[in-house]
Amino acid sequence: PDRRPAEQSHPEPMRNTLLEANVAKLGCSLPPARKTGTTICGVVYKDGVVLGADTRATEGMVVADKNCSKIHYISPNIYCCGAGTAADTEMTTQLISSNLELHSLSTNRLPRVATANRMLKQMLFRYQGYIGAALVLGGVDCNGPHLYSIYPHGSTDKLPYVTMGSGSLAAMAVFEDRFKPNMEEEEAKQLVRDAIAAGIFNDLGSGSNIDLCVITKGKVDYLRPHDEANKKGVRTGDYKYKHGTTGVLTKQVTTLQLEVMDESVQTMDTS
Amino acid sequence: WAPLSSSPHTNSTTIMAVEFDGGVVIGADSRTTTGAYIANRVTDKLTPIHDRIFCCRSGSAADTQAIADAVSYQLGFHSIELDEPPLVQTAANLFKQMCYRYREELMAGIIVAGWDKRRGGQVYTVPMGGMLVRQPVSVGGSGSSYIYGFIDSKYKSGMTKEECLRFTADALALAMERDGSSGGVVRLAAITESGLERSVILGNQLPTFFSA
Repeated sequence: PDRRPAEQSHPEPMRNTLLEANVAKLGCSLPPARKTGTTICGVVYKDGVVLGADTRATEGMVVADKNCSKIHYISPNIYCCGAGTAADTEMTTQLISSNLELHSLSTNRLPRVATANRMLKQMLFRYQGYIGAALVLGGVDCNGPHLYSIYPHGSTDKLPYVTMGSGSLAAMAVFEDRFKPNMEEEEAKQLVRDAIAAGIFNDLGSGSNIDLCVITKGKVDYLRPHDEANKKGVRTGDYKYKHGTTGVLTKQVTTLQLEVMDESVQTMDTS
Repeated sequence: WAPLSSSPHTNSTTIMAVEFDGGVVIGADSRTTTGAYIANRVTDKLTPIHDRIFCCRSGSAADTQAIADAVSYQLGFHSIELDEPPLVQTAANLFKQMCYRYREELMAGIIVAGWDKRRGGQVYTVPMGGMLVRQPVSVGGSGSSYIYGFIDSKYKSGMTKEECLRFTADALALAMERDGSSGGVVRLAAITESGLERSVILGNQLPTFFSA
């Protein structure tokens, strides 16, 4: 996700339009809004859900974090992948996680994925898209496994497989080819791994490693990293010369005589 | 090409509802787009508001989902207070209140349809701007433009439920063929006193017409 503050988190949309108009008068145009780099996805399989994410965080065209964690904890049985503005996904998931814990204590029940979905969509709608958080929410509750995609404006879709982020088209291509309902765990993990890999290798905004999160009834496997697809290579050669490469013919040591010329002390004013 | 979050997530759609004696038939396509990317190709745009009242959603996905959730809540509360199933007209008015009050902020075209004991099957349309009017047949969404002629020529009053289902499926298939923002599968529902029958027509089973 993008670590720069979202242009639209500025609470002055009027000012932005006026500024844009001024730029137009000068004869140039502002750069187009960029979808921030990430590939996240999720899949429902026989025993639960598998969530996947890449680990690259970008600040414009520079990689800010080569191994950031995009799969966020919501509750013991619910996790959420986040694409878009990094601060927004982080804070939004933390807020809903906290409120959901309070709700769970109040109801004395394990939280449901639909509840988390409701809370997230109602908050994002309230902010009319200014909170740039695009989420893939997945978990297992008393009604079985569930997977939702949640968009920054507050619309949600409940589906068996979803992808989000700039690498979503690459990942969706893999899903549309190979997804089947009721897959086994290994098959599902391989599919999610391959979908994220498609994003990592074909989308400039995504990269580094593949994180997976397998959620089943009563168990969560947080596999970070699941696949280090972009391990830094080991250099085969070395430009440093070992000691003794250059032979020493003569050695002459001259000690420098240094005299103290002036010594002064300045005390700090502690009154 | 990546979907931009700056492009709104819309149900640019074809939706339709038809009254018949004893109930209503409603139908919709299943495409949700973010710009030129299809974000969901199997969307369910026929949303239950109450046991015998549905709404067909077109326009901004976020706006229509939020409105439908709010109206479901209000109608459910009202129904419990009344200790009776609510009227379709009540549901339609709740939609109108919200869509008219917030008309500048919202992008929502909604068709409300259902069955109640007082007036039987009813279809009310609440287009963008917040007007409310009852119609025996109503279409909405970007794809509706292409089928007004078909509707006007093929509709006759006094159709049976099966005829209405055929008529709706045909109209939606034609719209989906011509409108780029509509597509996927056809979702149908028939609402009567006895209950609800939902069906899906997959791509290869859609009715076919002349194709140049």
